[in-house]
Amino acid sequence: MITTDICIIGAGPVGLFAVFEAGLLKMRCHLIDALPQVGGQLSEIYPQKPIYDIPGYPAINAQTLVDNLMEQIAPFNPGFTLGERVESLDRQEDGSYQITTSDGTAVHCQVVVIAGGLGSFEPRKPEILNLEQFEGKGVAYMVKNPEQLRNRRVVLAGGGDSALDWTIFLAEIAKEVTLVHRSDSFRGAPDSAEKVVELAKQGRINLVLQSNITSINGNGHLQEVTITAKDKSVTTLEADNLIPLFGLTPKLGPIADWGLSIDKSAISVDTTDYSTNVERIYAIGDINTYPGKLKLILCGFHEAALMCQSAFHHVHPNQKLSFKYTTVNGVPTF
Amino acid sequence: MITFTVEDRDGEQKPVEVPEGISLSLMEVLKASDYNILATCGGMALCATCHVQVVNGFDNLPPAQDLELDMLDTLPDADSDSRLACQIRVDEAVEGALFRIKSEEPS
Repeated sequence: MITTDICIIGAGPVGLFAVFEAGLLKMRCHLIDALPQVGGQLSEIYPQKPIYDIPGYPAINAQTLVDNLMEQIAPFNPGFTLGERVESLDRQEDGSYQITTSDGTAVHCQVVVIAGGLGSFEPRKPEILNLEQFEGKGVAYMVKNPEQLRNRRVVLAGGGDSALDWTIFLAEIAKEVTLVHRSDSFRGAPDSAEKVVELAKQGRINLVLQSNITSINGNGHLQEVTITAKDKSVTTLEADNLIPLFGLTPKLGPIADWGLSIDKSAISVDTTDYSTNVERIYAIGDINTYPGKLKLILCGFHEAALMCQSAFHHVHPNQKLSFKYTTVNGVPTF
Repeated sequence: MITFTVEDRDGEQKPVEVPEGISLSLMEVLKASDYNILATCGGMALCATCHVQVVNGFDNLPPAQDLELDMLDTLPDADSDSRLACQIRVDEAVEGALFRIKSEEPS
């Protein structure tokens, strides 16, 4: 069990900066993120894009901002649980919380801060009849252990880099590889696209273009995949595994079930301290909403600072908080 | 005024009127008109959560650039008349068009 003062759900820029503000008030933080790296949208979606509205930086590369934030919070030694999604939140008798992740990691904290941006990034699922019924029974949205696909009949769907890369890789170890793509051309890396076409010419993979997978079937485990072409012709293929690779899309996930007041996929907060309607749970950054809300990183930074002033009273109920400028006191660590 | 039609996820069609000369994308206009669209990346053609099908008027629009086409290619339900609303400027090119919202409804 990990014990901390504040558990921050989401390790994007706002979640990271909250560690700094909490640290100034002598509160320890642990961050959890579903992505395998810190930085949230900045690192996952646009690491090389310049950002122009961070005070003090006429322009700053997104990944550089994340790196700088990591440097800024390093003195406070935050804990990280990455690549795991928060699954449950249990209020304890004393008002504290225990959080449990998808991999069973447990975190005990006095305050929960949701800094989850637009939610956790989850696989984009295509419309295929019976798809969810076979999740974990032959259907997976990523390849975690390629060895499990050795000598199997694998069908991949998609036309991006992931679909191309895994088709090339699995051609070496799977018994049979089929790539189904809705278009007749690939916009992934040209080199990868050429390799896939060449593998198909050599008969080492099956390439099914201008087609979509429309349904799947099996007896407890995936057994067959039905493919419908643009000309409406239908074929059925025997398969052990199906891997749809259509990128990631943000979802609110289990947060939606925690009794929080939610308005259009965002958490309603009180703007005096960015607290939610549930005691000791705060929401900062893009995941919250209030009249006049602006989804800007700098607004999230402001929200983090105010949140920490309020959270202090839950973490240190018997201490008086006196505000101090860092220009006077520097950055006092633990 | 520029007038076009938007079909929501339930199939309901409504006209949308926008003053000429405003510098907004279709995504921004849809959000301002209270259509429930995520637009995670804020208009950089990086998330595809503003996917629309151009039912009428596709050929009047400026062609999609590589970044938009790359992103559309990651969508399982994109078709030859798909566009990202964030990459469409609302000007005379969209006059009379019919856009069907295709992106998944935010949870």
